[in-house]
Amino acid sequence: MPMPNGPQGERENYLNKEYGAGSWLLTTDHKRIALLYLMSITFFFFIGGFFALLIRLELLTPAGDLVQADTYNKLFTMHGMVMVFFFLIPSIPAVLGNFLVPMMIGARDLAFPRINLLSWYLYIIGGVMMLHCMLTGGVDTGWTFYTPFSTAFTNTKIVEAGLAIFVAGFSSILTGLNFVVTIHRMRAPGMTWSRLPLFIWAHYATSIIQILGTPVVAITIVLVAAERTLHLGIFDPKLGGDPLLFQHLFWFYSHPAVYIMILPSMGIVSEIIACFSRKRIFGYSFVALSSIAIAVFGFLVWAHHMFVAGISVYAALVFSLLSYAVAVPSAVKVFNWTATLYKGSIRYDAPMLYAFGFLGLFTIGGLTGLFLACLGIDVHVTDTYFVVAHFHYIMVGGALMGYLGGMHFWWPKISGRLYPEGWARLAALIVFIGFNLTFFPQFILGYVGMPRRYYQYPPEFQVLNVLSTAGATVLGVGYLLPMIYFLWSMRYGKPAPDNPWNAAGLEWKTPSPPTTYNFEQEPVVTWEAYNYEELDAPHKEEVPVAR
Amino acid sequence: MSDHTKSSPLKMYFSVWAALLVGTFITYKAAFIELGRFNAGVALIIATVKALLVALFFMHLKGASEKLLKMVVISTVFFLFILLVLSMADYGTRAWH
Amino acid sequence: MHDSTVAAAHGNAHGHNPALLHHFATEEQQRNSASLGMWIFLATEVMFFGGLFCAYLIYRRWYFDDFAAASKSINATLGATNTAVLICSSLTVVLAIWAAQTSRRALLIGSLVLTMLFGLTFLGIKGIEYKDKFEEHHVPGASFSFDRVPIPGHADQFANPRHAQIFFALYFVMTGLHALHMIIGLGLFTWLLMMAWKGRFTPEYHTPLEMGGLYWHFVDIVWIYLFPLLYLIDRHP
Repeated sequence: MPMPNGPQGERENYLNKEYGAGSWLLTTDHKRIALLYLMSITFFFFIGGFFALLIRLELLTPAGDLVQADTYNKLFTMHGMVMVFFFLIPSIPAVLGNFLVPMMIGARDLAFPRINLLSWYLYIIGGVMMLHCMLTGGVDTGWTFYTPFSTAFTNTKIVEAGLAIFVAGFSSILTGLNFVVTIHRMRAPGMTWSRLPLFIWAHYATSIIQILGTPVVAITIVLVAAERTLHLGIFDPKLGGDPLLFQHLFWFYSHPAVYIMILPSMGIVSEIIACFSRKRIFGYSFVALSSIAIAVFGFLVWAHHMFVAGISVYAALVFSLLSYAVAVPSAVKVFNWTATLYKGSIRYDAPMLYAFGFLGLFTIGGLTGLFLACLGIDVHVTDTYFVVAHFHYIMVGGALMGYLGGMHFWWPKISGRLYPEGWARLAALIVFIGFNLTFFPQFILGYVGMPRRYYQYPPEFQVLNVLSTAGATVLGVGYLLPMIYFLWSMRYGKPAPDNPWNAAGLEWKTPSPPTTYNFEQEPVVTWEAYNYEELDAPHKEEVPVAR
Repeated sequence: MSDHTKSSPLKMYFSVWAALLVGTFITYKAAFIELGRFNAGVALIIATVKALLVALFFMHLKGASEKLLKMVVISTVFFLFILLVLSMADYGTRAWH
Repeated sequence: MHDSTVAAAHGNAHGHNPALLHHFATEEQQRNSASLGMWIFLATEVMFFGGLFCAYLIYRRWYFDDFAAASKSINATLGATNTAVLICSSLTVVLAIWAAQTSRRALLIGSLVLTMLFGLTFLGIKGIEYKDKFEEHHVPGASFSFDRVPIPGHADQFANPRHAQIFFALYFVMTGLHALHMIIGLGLFTWLLMMAWKGRFTPEYHTPLEMGGLYWHFVDIVWIYLFPLLYLIDRHP
């Protein structure tokens, strides 16, 4: 049944089908759940960002004069915990993944819609617990909870924070489970594995990590809570335990966790680069399989976070070698994206600006990871700002930029409105400049010896710290702008056509915004992914999909 | 499915059940025999056989129409092994010089 | 998968089972999805317990003698009995599913009840074990004591109480977590029993039964490993 493309409101879609809090809070529509997540993770992004602001304010001066040392410990801990567990890990899978995975494969919903809603509620419960923990004193151990400080010495609310993360972890596990079953079982006829968008491959790989890794950190948190309340001694040297055991179990998850954060973003970048170069991604199979390779190899390298903690040198050698290996599939992607750009018909719309930003910043972040994988270098720069800069380049310069690019790319589909392109390009530029100003000085700071997690530093480091704080302010403006104009566009933005970018992908064959069931009739796929030659050809040859 | 196969699941289930009980008995008895470092190995091998019997026959992994479910099991066991083996690699070599 | 549209599934001359959810095209797709979903959930459970096994294996290797002494002090006969109990319960689970597949209502109900009885027996025996440990002051904490317990095979040496406490810490966490999963399983089977009593399971549709069965077998498998690892470290006299 073809639907006319009128302004939003004339035609029934997933947004206006039902009104009222109940229709949102009890929805099983993957698209509504995606929006519920969007609001929640944005809220936590602000919380994490607020802590970042306080950190950078303190670091404007060499003396510890804004907050006390214990408070500063809480600031960087809460910043890390909120950003990692309540923003970065859920962000792309729970928002864009939830929204797009069923649509991209031609399904009506995920395999388990009610479990999807449960995932969101678990996230909210974990989030409320974390908020309560923060408001009643917070935690000061660093987001890494190292023992025996976290189990035997600190007086802060470890158990509550741990339980909050435990609950949020199950949200993550269930999302991953849902995606894997959906991708295996719910693909439309003709949607073979080799025709899947790379966004799907990326989310499949991410889900494997969520499924296999998260339970290990869950049991680790249980052990920490048990040790703290029952004084068991599993991690306490005084009682015969080994603090490093905690680190092994913690990092077994937390290293793959960083791939949970980056893989979905890489999936987005593939979609954007293909669309705005009007070309099929170069080396499709290599990019698809490299996602799986990253997921697998990501589980083999965790002890590179423990090089100076006291593990055996021989184990360190093995993990160092494996850490070099894990960089290879990521490099494969960067090379293939670059090759896609070559002789492409490039457009510089906002999503593409974010993709370009990703390419450069992720490369820098990834290469500095190789620096850290080298034992000789790591001994000097571990626990300094070099590491802080490295992971912010990947998580902010990489994951967050991909997320913003994806939000812009699919915003017309999600909301039925166009965002203002001029403002979006400006915001992208501000983000890029602000980001580099914030974090590049931190590479230098780490190299010359400023330790991380310190609120005081020698006066000769002040210039770089001031630059970093200035950059953070610019970055903040860059993040605020999209929030403002996205909201603005929901009321005043131009109504979006079904496919404003003339992009490939089943999701673009639905109305903007889509109906609740996405496709009136199950699509039958007979074309390859990224068929941009056909889309751009003078006579459109594509098989029409009835909607 | 012919009538003949209606009763064979039962025979199979009871055979597996008997094998599991025998395995348990052997494990228990073997623990009291001095086998040195092989005690643990024997116990774990029998345990693995029992686990496989439960997974393949009681959980119907053997008759599964596609390889996907077996892949899920194999991948999970693989990554569990990675956790055990690579952390043992640290503890096992700390005393080396 | 045929080109099944929603309209076709609804208008299907066979009439679809009311349990078919609307985002699935066929019952087979729904059943295969449920099965894959449950197996993946069990994979997460394997990794969940796996962390504990990792901790256990590391400390067992480090403090082998002390762990052997501690292990000898828990009741291997009760442990072996519990193993047999769970094995029997797994049998009754597969019998229940077979009963559903062949429309044998009495056997279905009876098998489910038996399964739960076996589960309760397991928990009861576990309770006895925990009580014994409590009375012997082997529960980690302020009142823990493990003085002058000889190391198996070296009657002149005593086990280090601090290391023994780690054994018991892991013993209680691992068997406690397992027992918690048992209790959840019993809750699950109570619900399955109610559904079976109301006649909801047919040869065509008994997916919840199969899924519950998978969970129960998994809990059995965990115990199959826990028993030799915890109870039988060094039993020879």
